[in-house]
Amino acid sequence: MANIRVIRSRMRGVQNIIKITRAMEMIATSKMRRAQERGLAGRPYSEKIRQVIADLVALPTNSRAPHPLLQRRPPAKIAIVHITPDRGLCGGLNTNVNRQAASFILEQKIPVTVICVGRKGLDYMLRQGRDVKAEFTWLGDHPSLLDTLPISRIIIDDYTNGVIDAAYLSYAHFVSTMIQRPVVQPLLPVEPAEIPEAQNVDYIYEPSSDVVLAELLPRFVEMQVYHAILEAIASEQSARMVAMRNATENGKELIDDLTLLYNKARQESITKELLDIVGGVAALT
Amino acid sequence: MSTLKLDVVSAERVVYSDDVDIVIAPGIEGQLGILPHHTPLMTTLQVGELLVRKGAQEFSLVITGGFLEVRPDRVIVLADAAERAEEIDITRAEDAKRRAEEQLKRRTPEVDVAQAEAALRRSLARLKVGEKRRRRRGS
Repeated sequence: MANIRVIRSRMRGVQNIIKITRAMEMIATSKMRRAQERGLAGRPYSEKIRQVIADLVALPTNSRAPHPLLQRRPPAKIAIVHITPDRGLCGGLNTNVNRQAASFILEQKIPVTVICVGRKGLDYMLRQGRDVKAEFTWLGDHPSLLDTLPISRIIIDDYTNGVIDAAYLSYAHFVSTMIQRPVVQPLLPVEPAEIPEAQNVDYIYEPSSDVVLAELLPRFVEMQVYHAILEAIASEQSARMVAMRNATENGKELIDDLTLLYNKARQESITKELLDIVGGVAALT
Repeated sequence: MSTLKLDVVSAERVVYSDDVDIVIAPGIEGQLGILPHHTPLMTTLQVGELLVRKGAQEFSLVITGGFLEVRPDRVIVLADAAERAEEIDITRAEDAKRRAEEQLKRRTPEVDVAQAEAALRRSLARLKVGEKRRRRRGS
C-alpha cells in the first residue's frame, strides 16, 4: 500500500515539473524570436558601416596617420569581452562558452584581462582567478544600444590609451535554433573589410574623410559589441528552449514508466486482497 | 520624374524606407537638400530635423546625429537614433529639456556641460518636430 502512495506522489511531482519546463520552453521560444528579430533589424546598419569604413580606409589620402583604432601594435596585453547569460537552465551553453574563453586565455602567452557581461561568465572567471576588469550583469533580455555603450567605451578607451593592444569578443554565435557555437573573435584593432568589387564610388566627404572615419570607427566597435550581445541572447534563449523541451520529453517518459509501475502495484494489491478474502472464506466454511 | 530611395536606419531598426522626391538633412556644415542625381556624398549629421517630401506630402523625422550617404539614386541615413514625428513623446522630450536646462543653470562641478548641452539640443529638436506636426494637424 505504502508503495502505491509513494509512486502517486512522485507522479504528481513529475507532473508539476513538466508544467514548469513547458512554460519555460514557451517563454524561451517567444524571447528567442524577439531576440532574433532585433539581431536582424540591426544588420543593415552594421553592414553599411563596415562598407563605408572599407571605402574610407582604401582612400589614398588616409595613408599618412592611421586612426588609433586601426593601428596594430605587437600585443603585450589583451582584453577579452566575455558575453554569457545571467541565468542557467540552458543546457550546455554556459559551460561551452566558458570553456572556449578559458582555453583561448590559456593559449595566450601574455596577460589577459576579462570584461564580463553576464553573471555566469563572471562567476566562472572569478572562480578561475582571472583578472576581471569590469562586469556588466543583468542587462535584461532586450538591452538597447545605449545599455551596451559603457562596455565598448571601456574597450575603446583602454585601446587608445595603450592599456591593451588587442581586444576580443567571446560569445555564443547563433547558428540555428539547435546549434550555438561559442566563438572568440577579434574586436580591436578594427579589421577593415576587403572591398569586394570595384564598386568604389568617389564620394565628397564633409567635413573631411578623416573626420568621417574617426566618427565611424567607434560606432562600428559599439555596433559589434551590441550585436554580439544580441546574438548571445538569441543563443541563450534557443539553448534554453531546446533544453526545456528535452526536459519536458523526459518528464513525459518518466510519467509513462511511473504509470506502468503504479498500475502494477495497484493490481498486485487488489490480487492480494482478493486472495485474503478468498482464503478467509475458505477458512470459515 | 525620378525619385530617391531613402533608407533611415538606426542601430536598432529600420526607421523609414520609401521612395521620395526631396530629402533635407541637418548636415554638420549646414542644412543640405538632396534631389535625385545628387553627386555621391558622405557626411556626418547634426542633431536636427530630417525633412522629406514625397509628392504633395511632407513629413519629418528627428535625427540625433549620425551619417548620411548619398548616391545618385539612393540616400542612406545611419542615425544614432531616429524617430518619426508621430512617434515623438512630447511630454518626455519636455521633461528632458527641463532637466538639461536645470543642469546647465546649476553648473556644479559634477555636471558634464557638454553632455547636458547635447541633451538639451536633442530634446529641442524633438519638441520642434513634434510641435510642428501637432500644429499642422490642428489647422
